[in-house]
Amino acid sequence: MKKRDLWKKILSVAMVGALSMSVMGCSGGAMGEATESSTETTESSEAEESSEVTGTEESTASGDTVKVGILHSQSGTMAMAEKPMIEATQMAIDEINEAGGILGKQIEFVLEDGASDAAIFAEKATKLLTNDKVATIFGCWTSASRKAVLPVVEGNNGLLWYPVQYEGLESSHNIMYTAPCPNQQAIPAMDYLMENYKGEDGVLKVFLFGSDYVYPRTTNTIIKEMQAEYGFEIVGEEYIPLGYTDCSTVITKIQQTQPDVIINTINGDSNVSFFKQYKDAGLSPDKIQTMSFSCYEEDIRGMGAEYAEGHLFAWNYFQSVDTEASKAFTEKFKSIYGEEKVTGDPVVNAYEGVYLWKAAVEKAGTFDVEAVITACESGEVECETPEGLITIAAGTTHHVLQKVLVGECDAEGQIQTLWETEDRVEPDPWLTEYAWASKLTTDSE
Amino acid sequence: MLNETKAGKFRIQGNTILVTIIFIFLTAAPFFMSSFRMNMFGKYMCFALIAIGIDMIWGYAGILSLGHGVYFGLGAYCMAMHLKLEASGGALPDFMAWSAMEKLPGFWKPFESTAFTLLAVVLVPVTVAAIIGSLTFLNRIRGVYFSILSQALAYALATFMIGRQEYFGGSNGLTNFSTIFGCPIQSTQTKIILFYCTLAALILAYVGCRFLVKRRIGRVLIAVRDAENRARFTGYSPAVYKVFVYCLSAALAGIAGALYVPQVGIISPTDINISPSIEMVIWVAVGGKGTLVGPVLGALVVNFLKSLISEQFPAFWQFFMGGVFILVVLFLPGGLVSIKEIPAKIKARKLKKEE
Repeated sequence: MKKRDLWKKILSVAMVGALSMSVMGCSGGAMGEATESSTETTESSEAEESSEVTGTEESTASGDTVKVGILHSQSGTMAMAEKPMIEATQMAIDEINEAGGILGKQIEFVLEDGASDAAIFAEKATKLLTNDKVATIFGCWTSASRKAVLPVVEGNNGLLWYPVQYEGLESSHNIMYTAPCPNQQAIPAMDYLMENYKGEDGVLKVFLFGSDYVYPRTTNTIIKEMQAEYGFEIVGEEYIPLGYTDCSTVITKIQQTQPDVIINTINGDSNVSFFKQYKDAGLSPDKIQTMSFSCYEEDIRGMGAEYAEGHLFAWNYFQSVDTEASKAFTEKFKSIYGEEKVTGDPVVNAYEGVYLWKAAVEKAGTFDVEAVITACESGEVECETPEGLITIAAGTTHHVLQKVLVGECDAEGQIQTLWETEDRVEPDPWLTEYAWASKLTTDSE
Repeated sequence: MLNETKAGKFRIQGNTILVTIIFIFLTAAPFFMSSFRMNMFGKYMCFALIAIGIDMIWGYAGILSLGHGVYFGLGAYCMAMHLKLEASGGALPDFMAWSAMEKLPGFWKPFESTAFTLLAVVLVPVTVAAIIGSLTFLNRIRGVYFSILSQALAYALATFMIGRQEYFGGSNGLTNFSTIFGCPIQSTQTKIILFYCTLAALILAYVGCRFLVKRRIGRVLIAVRDAENRARFTGYSPAVYKVFVYCLSAALAGIAGALYVPQVGIISPTDINISPSIEMVIWVAVGGKGTLVGPVLGALVVNFLKSLISEQFPAFWQFFMGGVFILVVLFLPGGLVSIKEIPAKIKARKLKKEE
């Protein structure tokens, strides 16, 4: 055994010399790591273990700084949407650093580009965790990228703060979701529609229209499961590819089926085309209303307020929310990144993720991932954010308690709140509280 | 005539040295690279495997396929289905549950068997390639028309996978695997084993293809590339050779896909769509088509640079990559492997000037 190890070493040293791969920044090599991990398990002397612990501690938070990763797309189709997220995360980090950092340490971030490609997200997450040894990662937008990063953070004992509203039915030990799951967005929005938009015959007719990927399809599956209990009627279900700009056939179908409401789960720039073509086709919200789940102030800015005016949007925060914290946040965001910028729910979620992590670290008293997760699960990690007090729910769901708002876009492109839940809604990612959802969850978990 | 063969021989020798260096470097990689970097190179080798296949059809037989993501994807999805079943351990895979499926669809069942999966990884892409190949090549569809057709195929498959979320996981693809044939997929040991499996596949593919192109079949393929009608008039059936080599490259892409999935941990429609398919051709072009070693070098270098530059400059890396492609096309039309011809070229130019 020893001889073989010696040979390995000789060979590796020779190879390093011969090929002079200094770019690698190598230490020990994968072979070394593999043999290390096996010796660790066989002879777990206490002394070694304790040194191991301090070792990792040092690597995540060495000296006066602690490293964190920011993992969003800066190229590809999602770059436009994810850029404000990077800005909001950086803004929060800067603020915390100015105020003295966390546990006396300044936050230093490593920025990586997920390139709108799930496989690249997985690669970069691995890099952040194994090479940079970051204490936590803030990032991801699409469900695909989150699903790709999930096994990586679970396998490498990392922690991901996910800031975008999504389809639910997930709760990973190593992910914290600062965004709403369906019972904090889609389901209350349906309640609102049932109350206010039933047709003359007393039945709500809905048309499901979304981009062709997992979030819209799964959200619509959930809505279809609700149908029996709620008694609304689904008159159509259509999808267009991400980035697609021709909605005319679907709009024709909408005109034929005459629904009361269109549930819009289109993502990204297709929203611009949809709302423009909707108006051009002679439709308007007072004839057929729409309810959008993934179109926020930034998208409205892109299409022009006149196209979105009068339409409905469901989120947990609007830029128009009239509180001191909200105003201050928007003002600061604009002063740093430009007057034309707008904020909105995803931006605030990205921002508050950093503060929630700070609160959790301070409660745990350490940057150690497991201790931070335990702190989060206590139900006592909370912070004041632009959208009000946000608390990570007690237990293992890893979601936050937050209010649900339904709003209508005004002539300035701002979404004004029409309706909100009385209290903050408890997250229920697995929809366990809803009898109609049993089919979606029985087999998983 | 004599000079040409001499030059040819010299080129082959140079390439043999190059390929030996590449393979020695890769063999030694796990000893000096961190497990993360090694894993990356495992992925690059999968790409190199695809690149060899594309070189066989493009560099030797003159078929430009812009849709090889299809065969890569078929192999990858076959493997991923097996891994997904292994990970869910008898329960319904998670994405089927949230797509409101009630039981496992019939065509997933055989993928519980390891042997079936390993066969399917090769046979599914080959079957599809055989059907597409015989439909197109027997009907003498070639050149740009074939390229467009192959691209449409990649788009069709990706759209199909996204649309059939309940069967294939939609745009998320298949991910969150736990074990491969019983070994934990995240452990460094498994990663090393997978790395060497990929390396073995790559070496076998290289040696096998090299063997083929040195035989008569290689000459016929080149003849088909350069003058298809003449080859036909001399009694060879170009279609049969084309279908064969197309199936071969599909098989290589399928194997690459199967090795890619456990190392990267995800396969999604994004990775099999048009743009990754075009990237595959770029690796071959950058490395040097028609050389076999060129594509291997191209796939390794382009992807390594991509990872490295995107880590250093997350916001601008695509400009660098674009720049590299332009430089190679402008100054090294023969690809990276033609670097060694530069001194000779400069000499020739100097001689000309002196004259």
